[in-house]
Amino acid sequence: MDLIWDGVTEALRLIFNGDSYVYEVTFTSLLVSGSATLIALVLGLSIASFLAFRAPPGRTLALSAFNAGMALPPVAVGLLVSIMLWRTGPLGQLHLLYSRTAIVIAQAVIATPVVAALSTAALQGLNPNLRLQVLALGASRWQAALLLFREARISLLAAAMAGFGAAISEVGATIMVGGNIKGSTRTLTSAIVLEVGQGDFETAIALSFILLAVILLLVTLFTVLQQRRPPE
Amino acid sequence: MSDPLLHLQDIVVEHARRRILEVPSLNVLPNEVLAVVGPNGAGKSTLLRVIGQLERPSRGRVLFGGRPISGNPLPFRRRMAFVFQEPLLLDTSVEGNVGSGLSLRGVPNDERQRRVEEWTARFGIAGLRRRTARTLSGGEAQRTSLARAMVLEPEILLLDEPFSSLDAPTRESLIDDLDAVLTTNRVATVFVTHDRTEALRLGDRIAVLMGGTVRQLGTAAQVFSSPIDGEVAAFVGVETIIPGRIRDASRGLAAVAVGDNTIEAATELEPGADVLVCLRPEEVIVSGLADAMPMSARNHLRTIVKRVRPAGPYIRLELEAGFTLVAHITKQSLEELALSPGSNAVASFKATAVHLIPHRPG
Repeated sequence: MDLIWDGVTEALRLIFNGDSYVYEVTFTSLLVSGSATLIALVLGLSIASFLAFRAPPGRTLALSAFNAGMALPPVAVGLLVSIMLWRTGPLGQLHLLYSRTAIVIAQAVIATPVVAALSTAALQGLNPNLRLQVLALGASRWQAALLLFREARISLLAAAMAGFGAAISEVGATIMVGGNIKGSTRTLTSAIVLEVGQGDFETAIALSFILLAVILLLVTLFTVLQQRRPPE
Repeated sequence: MSDPLLHLQDIVVEHARRRILEVPSLNVLPNEVLAVVGPNGAGKSTLLRVIGQLERPSRGRVLFGGRPISGNPLPFRRRMAFVFQEPLLLDTSVEGNVGSGLSLRGVPNDERQRRVEEWTARFGIAGLRRRTARTLSGGEAQRTSLARAMVLEPEILLLDEPFSSLDAPTRESLIDDLDAVLTTNRVATVFVTHDRTEALRLGDRIAVLMGGTVRQLGTAAQVFSSPIDGEVAAFVGVETIIPGRIRDASRGLAAVAVGDNTIEAATELEPGADVLVCLRPEEVIVSGLADAMPMSARNHLRTIVKRVRPAGPYIRLELEAGFTLVAHITKQSLEELALSPGSNAVASFKATAVHLIPHRPG
């Protein structure tokens, strides 16, 4: 218990003393995971719209793949992205390995199936005639998609939260493709792993509390947005 | 006849190689209400979706104002309005819903507000404007859906069984209100329903759609009094449909052999023709054996009452006359005539009430 209490005290000290290391890893975490979530949302919602509204042949197979993708082992994703980004890999020319962009790519690969699978279920849950009604009201394809997203917003925001959660809590792939470089690719999760490895449990617990606080704050914001009365 | 506003040409719709709809030609005239009636699964909703550019036909084309619809259907969709069986409201306020089509068209706020106020008032939901759509009753929701369509001032209004999920009193009052709106605004309307009484109330012309094809198209009088075949006859409420053969005919009056009986019918068909004898139940007058009195009706059949059962406001009698003949009478008549299964009764009907359809037996 003392260890946890010391960790909390240390966390408060680091936050309120303006510790630049803590602010830097927190900023990196938010930047890469936020970017990865945005990419996952764009890709995931596009995939979900295609699967839910167009009902292409092989939809069940594709959905099975995305559902399985929700359980993608991050270490395997990290390895795959690393191989792609190695100097000798197919994307080696881009020189992205051990950069924040590499982490964004890896986290987006992890979060996209989560967003795609949950969003497809959300859109399939809408009355199928609602899309026809919206088109009949004179909506273009884009307007129809936006209106239907708004109708499914509660479930879609849950999908976004799940995607963000998968990205920001990820560590295996982050270390593998980012290299855990201080001042560049060190995130809250990779910093925690490092501090534990060095035996500095106090700082590790402090960073864990900060990570939890960040997640709680952002998820609360999402939830407030989700539970708001429908716009007029 | 004026030029059609909308023309369907050689339309075929197939789903998984099964033919759902086949309409070689169908016109919607300016200002008319075309009621499309047919049983469930007849292809009515598919027809409406093809007209509304929500489904592409496998073959054929739709002409709007003489111009074929091709390419991007959006500009054409924006000249129409569609009301589905379910209200399908968006999760927002009543006025948000009614104004949604106008917002999609980029209509400025003040004009949108003015039109929303006008149409919510006309459908009797002005007091509900700020209510959330989720809290509306079925009737209020369908009024909102109709207001959302009419506020667009469409050139064609498409109605897909908009009353079928409503209870009887709500349906009646909504049909009255829509009838008033359509009478005032005279917007060309295609109204799909499986309920022939709704079709009669609102339709200027009636198309009977069965098995994906338009079996008959005409005025209400033509379709309901002179159905083109036995199936259409049964669908439009003819309850006595029996095979017979014209034995004799002169001066527009034929004697038709039906089992052991002979029925007189007004027709131009020739002797020897096999026919289906069609008789609407409300055309049959039922009397007791003792009170037969002179009347202009040419047919009087001695019958035995087989079944008596209520049918809405009427009593439905099944009478045995060598064949089953169905009559609708009032409850008061049933009591006065003291009819019950096994009673004797005389069924009378005019020769002009009998409709004969040429028919090939077997």
